[in-house]
Amino acid sequence: MPVTEILSALMGGAVITMKIVVMALPLATLMAFTAGLMRMSERRSLRWLAAIYVEFFRGTSALIQLYWIYFVLPLFGLSIDAVTAGVVALGLNIGAYGSEVVRGGLLSVDKGQTEAAIALNFKPRQRLWRIIMPQALVGMMPPFGNLAIELVKATSLVSLITIADLTYRAKSLADMTLQVEQIFGLVLVFYFLMAQALNLGLRALEKRLGKGMDRGGLT
Amino acid sequence: MTDYAIEFDKVTKRFGDNLLFENFDLKIKQNEIVSIIGSSGSGKSTLLRILMTLETIDAGMVRVQGESLWHMQKNGAWQPANERHLHRMRGQLGMVFQHFNLFPHMTVLRNITEAPMHVLGQSKETARAQALELLRLVGLEDKADAFPSELSGGQKQRVGIARALAMKPSILLLDEITSALDPELVDEVLEVIRKLAAEDAFTMILVTHEMYFAREISDRVCFFDAGKVVEEGPPEQIFNQPEHERTRAFLSSFLSV
Amino acid sequence: MIEFDWDWAFAWEVLPLLLDACLITLQATLLGSMLAIVMGLLLALLRRSRWKTVSYSAYWWMEFVRSTPLLVQIYFLYYVAPEWGLNMSPMMTGVIALGMHYGAYLSEVFRSGIDGVGKGQWEASIALNLSPYRTYRDVILPQALRSMIPASGNYIIAMFKETPQLSAITLLEMLQLAKIMGSENFRYLEPFTLVGLIYLVLSLAASTGIRLAERRFPKEGFTLS
Repeated sequence: MPVTEILSALMGGAVITMKIVVMALPLATLMAFTAGLMRMSERRSLRWLAAIYVEFFRGTSALIQLYWIYFVLPLFGLSIDAVTAGVVALGLNIGAYGSEVVRGGLLSVDKGQTEAAIALNFKPRQRLWRIIMPQALVGMMPPFGNLAIELVKATSLVSLITIADLTYRAKSLADMTLQVEQIFGLVLVFYFLMAQALNLGLRALEKRLGKGMDRGGLT
Repeated sequence: MTDYAIEFDKVTKRFGDNLLFENFDLKIKQNEIVSIIGSSGSGKSTLLRILMTLETIDAGMVRVQGESLWHMQKNGAWQPANERHLHRMRGQLGMVFQHFNLFPHMTVLRNITEAPMHVLGQSKETARAQALELLRLVGLEDKADAFPSELSGGQKQRVGIARALAMKPSILLLDEITSALDPELVDEVLEVIRKLAAEDAFTMILVTHEMYFAREISDRVCFFDAGKVVEEGPPEQIFNQPEHERTRAFLSSFLSV
Repeated sequence: MIEFDWDWAFAWEVLPLLLDACLITLQATLLGSMLAIVMGLLLALLRRSRWKTVSYSAYWWMEFVRSTPLLVQIYFLYYVAPEWGLNMSPMMTGVIALGMHYGAYLSEVFRSGIDGVGKGQWEASIALNLSPYRTYRDVILPQALRSMIPASGNYIIAMFKETPQLSAITLLEMLQLAKIMGSENFRYLEPFTLVGLIYLVLSLAASTGIRLAERRFPKEGFTLS
């Protein structure tokens, strides 16, 4: 099989992989901020709820979570298609890790910033969203970048619940032909490029968010 | 308006097992300028932080413009202040910090307009015009679009003062505002405070280590030691004829440096 | 809608089998982490090499391995190694894949641990005329280890949680067994839930252990300068 043919066969898989990334990323972000903020709440019940979610999803394996959602939820009458199961499992899994990033980012902002915001009589919500969060976001971007790459990598797991993503196609091509080096080599390069592209995008975003801020200094 | 802008009435404050003040009393008149001096760790800054609602109190009562700061009356009974009460009370107060605490993600202009717009509800144009006027007052009208990271320490602190003034407080709290500055930058900041003092429009409390400045600007100086005002009076008296042994020891150690 | 019907009898039947399979999982983790430590040290040293080609190659190898999926790397070894005349068992393949993958992560831990020891320590060692070997052994590594051990521990826990991917190349570890039990009995609830719980308990215990160990060796009295 010529390499161009292998490439075009893989392309369809790459599109599905990217689709899953694009769908799971907003869910992960939402979960990261929701759980991260809940863990900083003054209400103990909210803190506990978030801690249980985070510990549960960080303590078990992504693949087991995926299987559980895909194979076990239908037993409760909640049957969902494979793509939804993949997006939900990966979004919840990466979101749990992300919530730690959100929490750490918020805690890393100098206390003086909250004090200045109180002295200027901002309300608690305004303190968070106008003063603390914009500064915290800059520090969150590098670990978010790493998590985004972890998400791209984790999408390969959906091949195990029969979604025809990049990894799935690679494996089925490899079962058909003997050009296994070319196939898996290409696939690895594909994932690598996807990760690098995401990384570059997030770095540009970090630069924009951090405009004017000199990090680490007292200002 | 009440006679006193600020009253501490038998206030007790603890940090863990550490008793910082007990039954502490202090009254400050309208438009009075009071300097608080004393060695570090004596609780001077905590007084300001209590007023700015950055620290709570354990017992007693603090009144700001005649109204209790940390307690509110509901159906005739006293209870701890809620966020809404504190929000209303903070409207009287402004604070300038030792480490400036400017918002690093905002330009100088936005540092000054953000709270007037989003707390006081001023229009963008009003807030901007007022900010530019304040920047003129502190001599930084050309830095409106700079970020805090581009300013010197003295410039940052002058922005800090402008930012506090933009909220039109009746009481200004200055917490060691020159302690973090290089010596050659201290004067430009004190010059601004001198101008404000001359206006006689604020009650000001300064916690400071600048003895000469405290002497020049204050109506009253309080020497603070181990959670008590050991000695207080007009600056000439405190600096020229201190009565208390500890005051003398503190001043001589300070002036000999 | 089917009711929540947890079958205790079935759960008790699969639990001992799962615990047996857990030994396979732990074996893969243990061997994988040993290989990862060796790989990590090797890469960290190569990255400190004087020759730019060597240090750049080590950097890009690390970057490449870390930004591509473990599962694809497992498949690569599983399909390609026999082409190269290497016939390996699924366990062997899995251990090599885990070791290579996490070796890339550990190399970064080792490198930043060594870089985290202040320049002053190197200068003091030169001033005392210590040999480079002595400097590493007696001055740098003991200080670097404090930050390296908890970070490495966390990556090894992460590796442990990725071992279920070895089911894709038919290694009979916990998840593979659960899948087989599930499909034979048409019941996935109990085996998958139990596997999840076993992972949860073991990884929570391990990360609590690391946290306690960190607390026993506080950073105070130990200023890096």
